[in-house]
Amino acid sequence: MIRLKTAARAFAAKTMGHAIVFFAWLVTAVRGIWEGSEPVPVQRVYFANHTSNGDFVLIWTALPSRLRRRTRAVAAADYWLTNGWRSFIGRDVFNTVLIYRGEEGRDVDPMEKILEAVDGGDSLIIFPEGKRNMDPEVPLLPLKSGIYNISAKRPEVEMVPVWIENLNRVLPKGKLVPVPLLCTVTFGRPMAVRAGETREDFLARAGEALLALRPQAGPQATAGQAPGEVQG
Amino acid sequence: MSAAAVDLIKLLFGVLGVLVLATAVGRVLREQVAPDRSNPGIENLNARIDAWWGMAALLGLAFLAGKTGVIVLFGFISFAALREVLTLTTKREADHWALFGAFFVVLPVQFWLVWDEWYGFYSIFVPVYAFLLLPVVSVLSGDTRDAFVRIAETQWALMICVYCVSHVPALLTLRIEGYEGREVLLIAWLVIVVQISDVLQYTWGKLLGRTKVAPTVSPSKTWEGLVGGVVSASLIGTALYWITPFSPWQALGMALAVTAMGFFGGLVLSAIKRDRGVKDWGHLIAGHGGFIDRMDSVVFAAPIFFHLTRYFWSAV
Repeated sequence: MIRLKTAARAFAAKTMGHAIVFFAWLVTAVRGIWEGSEPVPVQRVYFANHTSNGDFVLIWTALPSRLRRRTRAVAAADYWLTNGWRSFIGRDVFNTVLIYRGEEGRDVDPMEKILEAVDGGDSLIIFPEGKRNMDPEVPLLPLKSGIYNISAKRPEVEMVPVWIENLNRVLPKGKLVPVPLLCTVTFGRPMAVRAGETREDFLARAGEALLALRPQAGPQATAGQAPGEVQG
Repeated sequence: MSAAAVDLIKLLFGVLGVLVLATAVGRVLREQVAPDRSNPGIENLNARIDAWWGMAALLGLAFLAGKTGVIVLFGFISFAALREVLTLTTKREADHWALFGAFFVVLPVQFWLVWDEWYGFYSIFVPVYAFLLLPVVSVLSGDTRDAFVRIAETQWALMICVYCVSHVPALLTLRIEGYEGREVLLIAWLVIVVQISDVLQYTWGKLLGRTKVAPTVSPSKTWEGLVGGVVSASLIGTALYWITPFSPWQALGMALAVTAMGFFGGLVLSAIKRDRGVKDWGHLIAGHGGFIDRMDSVVFAAPIFFHLTRYFWSAV
């Protein structure tokens, strides 16, 4: 009976995963652009800009399905474990690596959990800004140390910068329904901590690598706020 | 089988023949020039031809399914086109509900009105009701920054992608004496003439093109291509007069009108792409780009074709 329940839950999770990916595609027609890396089954940590709750679903959708199965998002346990529905999506459907952001309620150190997932052979999706960026005037918040720590401890894992464009317009904060707009997910050149490189230098380099992936065309940029525009 | 169905099947077989021929030419070119698929021009040609199979199959199925099929198909085309254009318009968070309304209220209502054959309403719904009411939704949020541009661009996107596109299925609502039950062939004629004009303008331009029409807008559009394409497509449109309510001379006049409008559509939408710094509107149609890249000519031709036909031939 328990086994049957588990099987049913696994089936529901799989179906739900397909449905979510299909829905994300229907709304955004998302396209993965590979600039400097290839969609091959190599162990990676994809680190991306974070502007919307749908970000990791979008990256997941943009990945070819054979990579999807071995790619897990690192997500906040204090969000995804708040009710049964979220926990089903977070745990069963996307098999996320759940970490606690604050000190309180922590069972284990977040970095330990992340490294455990890496050692299990999975690729990860991580948002090094730590929280969603709500300010349209600022393209990227300062990056947190996590990606440096992962790369320093597991130098063989490719750190791939990923830029998500337009999802913040599809689903702005606090809005329940999406507006269909085309989104792109650009995967950049893999990087790793260099010998002797400091935390600050690596994080600065990672931030630059992210910003360099922003598409240069797009909606008319009006004075003062220039999403994706490069002054030249 | 009705006469209309027989004509439709003849037409589909004709299209099938053209596609088989084009596919053969594309594959032979590849074999002769670059069997290792290294020539991007030839690969693009083959990708375009392959995509044409898909587009022709979808249209053919919609035609066989009748009015509802055609309206659903063009409703989805309208959705995809609107998504492409609104991706490039100026917008702010304050526009969220207005944009949502454009996709999920204005678009379905417009196609429902066409399905309902309510000419008096579908011909003014977007330019009157959506035009006046959608900006209110945007403005109520209190954000005035770029308000004029935001309102104008959203409205333009709706006119092009919803209003103009809906005039293709709206051809089914015309009532032409002696042409009852054959209205779907009007759509087939319009789409074939306008699309073949695009293909022939491109082909003539490649073969003879020297003098650019508007070099700053689109370097690939030449006078030689334009004249060659419009004339040869119009001759094809004349030869297909038997599927229309027009005489051969009338078919020629109509073909000249829709191919000219088709050219203008390509020109105007190229200028907008250039302004926004993109090469294609989207990527969903392999080899062609986005839906607007493929539909720009039909979008401009459809309302004019609809009204010319309605004015001179239709009883309603």
